[in-house]
This record gives sequence, C-alpha cells and structure tokens, in this order.
Amino acid sequence: MDRKVETDRLISTLGQGLSAVKPLRPPQWRALLWLTPLALLVLAALWRYANLAAMAQRLAEPRLALECLGALLTGVVAIVSAFYLSLPDRSELWRFAPLPPLALWLACSGVGCLENGLGLGPAGDRLGESSSCFKFIVIISLPIAVTLFLMLRRARPLLPLRVALNGALGVAALAAFVLMFFHPFEVTLIDLAMHALAVLVVVALAALLRRTALAPAG
Amino acid sequence: MILAMAPGTQAQLQEAAWAGLMRAAQAGDAHSYEQLLRAIVPFIRSLARRYSRGATAAEDVVQDVLLCVHRIRHTWDPARPFCPWLAAIAARRGIDRIRRDSRISRHELNDEAAYETFAAPAANNETGALRAAEQIEPLLAALPERQRQALEATKLRGLSLAQAAEESGQSVAALKVNVHRAVKSLRRLLGNDG
Repeated sequence: MDRKVETDRLISTLGQGLSAVKPLRPPQWRALLWLTPLALLVLAALWRYANLAAMAQRLAEPRLALECLGALLTGVVAIVSAFYLSLPDRSELWRFAPLPPLALWLACSGVGCLENGLGLGPAGDRLGESSSCFKFIVIISLPIAVTLFLMLRRARPLLPLRVALNGALGVAALAAFVLMFFHPFEVTLIDLAMHALAVLVVVALAALLRRTALAPAG
Repeated sequence: MILAMAPGTQAQLQEAAWAGLMRAAQAGDAHSYEQLLRAIVPFIRSLARRYSRGATAAEDVVQDVLLCVHRIRHTWDPARPFCPWLAAIAARRGIDRIRRDSRISRHELNDEAAYETFAAPAANNETGALRAAEQIEPLLAALPERQRQALEATKLRGLSLAQAAEESGQSVAALKVNVHRAVKSLRRLLGNDG
C-alpha cells in the first residue's frame, strides 16, 4: 500500500477512536500538587519523631545550615525539573537545574568531612551507622518515588531517562534531607560515601525501570 | 489591489488555526481532530525528511509523530503555542529514528521483503498462509511479547503497520524491527535459517 495512503487511513483511524482529554495542568502546579502533601507528611513526621531542639542548635552552624538547604533545594528543584522535562515543549536545560544546589550540598558535606579530619571514628560503629543511613535513604525514597512516577507517567514522557534521573535525584535528595534530622553526629567520609551511594542506587533503579515506571509514548 | 500577506502573519494565522483545532480535539471533536492531523502532515513531513533517508523512512516518521501526537495530546497546554509542541515531538521522533537506524545498521541487514511476505512462496497464498499460521501458533508463544504482538497484528490479522502500531502502542519503526526479528526467530525455531 502507498505509504501516504496508509498515513491517510491512520488519520481516519485516530479520528474515529478519539475521546476527550483533559489537558495536564502546568508543570509547576503539578509539582506543587505533589510536593505539598509530602511536605505536610514530612513536617508531621519530624514534629513527632525528630529532636527539633537539637537540630535547631546544630543549624546555628552556617555550614550545616547550608548543607541542609542544599539537600532540600536539590530535592525540590530536581522534582520541579522532572515535571518540566516530562513535557515535549519545555526547555531541555531543565535537566541541569538541580546541579547548582547539588554542588552546594556536596561541597558543604565535603567541607564537613574535612573539618572532622576525615574522622572515621571507631570503624565498626560508624560503618554500622552509615549502613543505617544507606537503608534509610533507599527505603524512604522507594514509596515516595512510586507516587512521583505515578504522577509523572501521566505525561508519557518522550525522554523517560531524563525524567527518571531528575525525579529520582529529587526523591533521594529529599530523603537525605529528612535523614539529617535523625543524624545527630557530624558527617564522616564513610557517611558521605554511603549517602552518595544510596542516592546513586535510587537514581540507577529509576533509570533501569524508567520505561515501566513512566510508560513513554514512543 | 493585491494584498500580500507577510510570512510572519501567515505563520500566526496557521498557529491560531491549528491551536483552535487542537482545543476542539482535546474536547473530543473528531472532525476538528482529523482536520488538524491532515493539516499538520505536510509540516511534519518536511521535518521528517531531515531525519530520514528516503520517502518511505520519512513516512514512517510521519506516522510515528501522528501516533505520538495522539497518545500525548493531553500534554499540550492550550495557553501555549501549538507549533513548538508539535515540532518538539517531530524532532524527538526523528532523532529516535536516526538512533534506531544506526543501531540496526550496525547489527542487522535490512530485508524489506521480510515485512511484506514470508520467504516460502507457498506461505503467501491465502490457504497456505492460514495453514502456516496454524503451524506456527505454538511457536509464537516462544517469542518475546512485543515480537509476538507485532507478528500477529501484521501477518496473521493483516493490519497495516500504522494500524498495528496504534493498537500495540509501538512505533511504526519499532514494529518493523519486531516483525523482522520475529520472522528471524521463527525461522530459527523451524530450523530454517537460510
């Protein structure tokens, strides 16, 4: 069959099967819609379980405050960027948006390690605590990522890898931010490595499962 | 007096017309939708030619873009211009096509006839085809899901590539590759590699 005739028939088929659709809300609204209940949930959990007075004391140190801010901003910006990247007509530069806060977060954590003299502490204890951090980030990230990807997949993104990478980075960064409230000691090199590894595991999982998780249109 | 329309004005009129049709299409108006799809085909075709070698490959991209537009028509925000949205989809599908072509050309030989017919002449007459279909039915179960879907839709149910792509959710190009691979796998399963 002539391919142009085939195209013509395809148009008729698509027209016949047409149903009304509701346009997606703008990405910033969708991000807000997803972030707001999560923020309320996190606030409630922190109020109930975290030692907020101790955290407030620790945040008096500018480096730690910047580290927290870096993790929080990485999470929020990465998630907002994932919503933008899920649409075909938005700038591809959104994929780089989380990099500045990520750099802040990593730099402050790195400086913290150096200030502690790369203190590894009593090796056994610290490694045990670090592996708890790893589990915390991964276990908290997974259910949050499921809800995020359920929302992102509505756009059936044409570039699922970018959406998955930014979305997963956002979720893992938010989990790391929450972890800071339950981390009543200075970050050591092992801690930092474990945090980074946990974030990488979450991002790698999302990248591997991107087609199932995001149901891309192409 | 002859009034010449500036190209910018023409583009604005086209944008307004297409955006209006798309708004109606999102509301479920099939007539406007078909009108829109027919109107945008030349635009898509001109973009598709940049990404494809030959008219057939370009038409594959056109069909892929149409399918894509259909699947993600809810992602167009009526408050934003329509043409950049459409052009972004066309560019994306075009780039995917180039990547797929280069991947395939590294690993496989293109055999156009494999999409049209089975190698054995007897399989191409209707009763022969039916008998062959019965024989290969158990073997189909051994194929990967997407290859089986592609082969069933195009070879057993006789759908066109575009219809099969729409039904299976695969792109036309992916469908062709899966048909090709399915035929190869079946030949191997039947012990007929030649």
